[in-house]
Amino acid sequence: MSAATIGKASGDAPGAGASPSVIPPVATTVAAELPTVAERTLPGGLRVLVVRRTTVPLVEVRLRIPFTGLGAAHQARGELLAETLFTGTQLRDRVELATVVQSLGGALSTWVDADRLAIVGSALATNLVPLLDLIAEVLTGATYPSGEFAGERDRLVEEATIAHSQPALIAREGLLRRLYGDHPYGSETPVPDVVSQVTEADVRTLHAARVSPVGAVLTLVGDVEPQAALERVEAVLGDWRGTAADAVPPLPALRTGPVVIINRPGAVQTNIRIGGPAVDRHHPAYAAQRLASTIFGGYFSSRLVSNIREDKGYTYSPRSSLDYPVAGSRFTVTADVATDVTGPALLEIFYELGRMALLPVSDEELDAARQYAIGTLALSTATGVGLASTLSALAGAGIGVGYLHDHPAALAKVTARDVLEISAQVFAPTRLVTVLVGDAEKIAAEVGAITEIAPEVVAPGTVTTAADKATASEAAAT
Amino acid sequence: MTGPAAVALPTVPPRTETNTTAVLLPAPSYPVEKTSLANGLRVVLAPDRTAPVVAVAVHYDVGFRSEPEGRTGFAHLFEHLMFQGSENVGKAEHAKYVQAAGGIFNGSTHPDHTDYYELLPSGGLERALFLEADRMRAPRITRENLDNQIAVVQEEIRVNVLNRPYGGFPWITLPPVAFDTFPNAHNGYGDFHELEAASLDDAADFFDKYYAPGNAVLTVVGDFDVDDALRLVHRYFDDIPARPVPVRPSFAEPVRAEERRSVLTDPLAPRPALAVGYRVPDPLADLPTFLAYDVLTHVLSAGDASRLERRLVQKDRSVIGVSTYLGTFGDPFDQRDPLLLTLEARHPAESTPDAVLAAVDEELDRVATDGLQPGELARIQARIASGLLREADDALGRALALATFELHRGRPELINELPAVVGAVTAESVRAAAAGLRSQGRSVLELRAGAAS
Repeated sequence: MSAATIGKASGDAPGAGASPSVIPPVATTVAAELPTVAERTLPGGLRVLVVRRTTVPLVEVRLRIPFTGLGAAHQARGELLAETLFTGTQLRDRVELATVVQSLGGALSTWVDADRLAIVGSALATNLVPLLDLIAEVLTGATYPSGEFAGERDRLVEEATIAHSQPALIAREGLLRRLYGDHPYGSETPVPDVVSQVTEADVRTLHAARVSPVGAVLTLVGDVEPQAALERVEAVLGDWRGTAADAVPPLPALRTGPVVIINRPGAVQTNIRIGGPAVDRHHPAYAAQRLASTIFGGYFSSRLVSNIREDKGYTYSPRSSLDYPVAGSRFTVTADVATDVTGPALLEIFYELGRMALLPVSDEELDAARQYAIGTLALSTATGVGLASTLSALAGAGIGVGYLHDHPAALAKVTARDVLEISAQVFAPTRLVTVLVGDAEKIAAEVGAITEIAPEVVAPGTVTTAADKATASEAAAT
Repeated sequence: MTGPAAVALPTVPPRTETNTTAVLLPAPSYPVEKTSLANGLRVVLAPDRTAPVVAVAVHYDVGFRSEPEGRTGFAHLFEHLMFQGSENVGKAEHAKYVQAAGGIFNGSTHPDHTDYYELLPSGGLERALFLEADRMRAPRITRENLDNQIAVVQEEIRVNVLNRPYGGFPWITLPPVAFDTFPNAHNGYGDFHELEAASLDDAADFFDKYYAPGNAVLTVVGDFDVDDALRLVHRYFDDIPARPVPVRPSFAEPVRAEERRSVLTDPLAPRPALAVGYRVPDPLADLPTFLAYDVLTHVLSAGDASRLERRLVQKDRSVIGVSTYLGTFGDPFDQRDPLLLTLEARHPAESTPDAVLAAVDEELDRVATDGLQPGELARIQARIASGLLREADDALGRALALATFELHRGRPELINELPAVVGAVTAESVRAAAAGLRSQGRSVLELRAGAAS
């Protein structure tokens, strides 16, 4: 391997007094002070958190409302509720609502998942009061006007059709369905046929039942006076009442089994998705699990990226991640690889997972991951946007601002043995499930050479759980 | 509901907004210092002690418009190669050094520039400067690493373009309709065969020609003392030899008078789509006039109160979604002339491109003829100002904005002045912008749905 140093500068070796050639050490960074959180719980149950941050004249708003429900119909209704929440109140129509938000220098968006309904946005800080008034108006008085609803439903049907044509979404839905079956976590994006059945009466009923302050958290971060902000929230939402959302049902036990191939004829890549249960934020091994995932595939310096991208060139952005939904956490590996290297790529991923589960990580790997986790937590809370989102997510898990100090302290204590113990539990390939989206005719043989594959190749949107696999096989055979 | 019930708001009769007074918008006041080194490297320093983080960015004044014919995608491939090692940094070590300092990093290739950046806890400043200086002095590229990154870039293109519906639509597919010359019209991601033909000599030539220190801007933002930072900048960058700075060619093309249309079939797309490109004035020649077009994109498609949302989504129900934006990747300030205002819409099979276009024309004519509604300009100006503040609150976002303002205009302090310029945009200039779109020959690209169900 010949190394050609390019650039004219290369001819002149740096002499004495030239720029240093030793990598500079990292100086100690003094951690930011813990933000002061003013807090109040309103009579209806809404928790309000306010942090004053004066570096920019904006205020960030994050509202999360527990929103669990069962079944595809609930999911589709929730999507339509989020899509049409701001289409009318008794006071204002859709255009008037949007006009007000914009005139506050604001933007608000609404989204929903299996755990929560969220309103996310920001405005010029001087406009906090009218912004809160508007949010309260919608929460307590959204009317879902008929004239807007049908159009939005038809539009959402079309959007869902487009979403379900994206291979990344097909793969994610396939993995979630394989892991969780009919549990609410088994899908994130409703299918068009179910969306088209939703009526405005369904959505109004859902709003009355579920857009509730019980268990909800409102986080405000910005150039605002905390006590005044709390007073204003209480003034506009103090009378808000509602019922508690259903508890999230427990997750089904993991059922391991052969690799599922979702057929996408002609695909030039295979979307590899591997997943399984992980420990949650309250678990003693949480910090170790975070570092284990970082070392495995959680950042560019990870083993996964080094191996299948920088060494072998199989893929552009392989990664692993941890998600912490309410009912149980999840470890996921993602890699989109060229069709003709699907088998070799899968082999390397299993190898790297097995290595994590069986052998200790090096001190150098552990320390790099530790510094990365501590540093990026500081980076993510250095902006108003990041601080608001971080505090809101933590509050949703019942964790306070002290995490910003406690988590780095916990990360500092993690040993290689801790990492090995949690890796053996979470990353062992025999305790994970694998879903592939790709051209089955081209990939089945080589994947089948290294691991068992499910006998039937399925079409997008039809992944079955291990539990109902027998039935599906019988159906396929008849 | 705690407020009064069912109160009808007074309706204001529509009238043309005649207010020409500039609106006072909140603006940041970041301290910005500038210097340049003997080798020509321009340095922008913006200290901010409010959070213990620092952003370092190096912008080279070369993007994919400058790559040679026969080597499409080379500017982007070269960006990948800049992460493969340098004199004192081995392959894969750039990432390790930044991330083990608690930082994040990336690079990106644009039509007119290529950027490399790190965001770290402030203790990592010296290390980031070292890493950027080392690869500015001499990247170290092997045939093996070149082959590896060609494969990685091909996977990037597969995941973002070839294996997904609407891949590269319209940033790759609209320029050949809108432009006639290679720099403006070609695919910046590159042709697979041309990527595979890339050689070490190509890399050496490209580096020599375009990565001279005099063709770059170093930007440092965040928690540091200016004198300390300047000392480190001199320490690491001073001995990089000066090289000739290439003269940037004009990429100008005339604005066409006649419409041009093209059709493509996307075999993976379940629904048709439409993209329309309009030429806009040179942002460097006349910023206020250019900003009127930025305001116009908000008038047309920002939020439920915007003209095209109301017309196409809410009234006609002829599109699934619509957006308008300036510049190839939607950043109005990171590109030189020529550039487009792009309108993009996905639509149901039942609505025709001509019907959508006719409605767009009507709405543009309405703005061009009747001007803006009362309050319409002011609320959009407030929204743009708050968006600028939000982007700049992030040290990295601030560094990237400062860098392109320096690169294009030699005026990084524009970051503090931009809200006032936005506030000075008049309803008349927005009206004129709408008229400007209608008076030219637009470029229309229809995407047919090859996977319609």
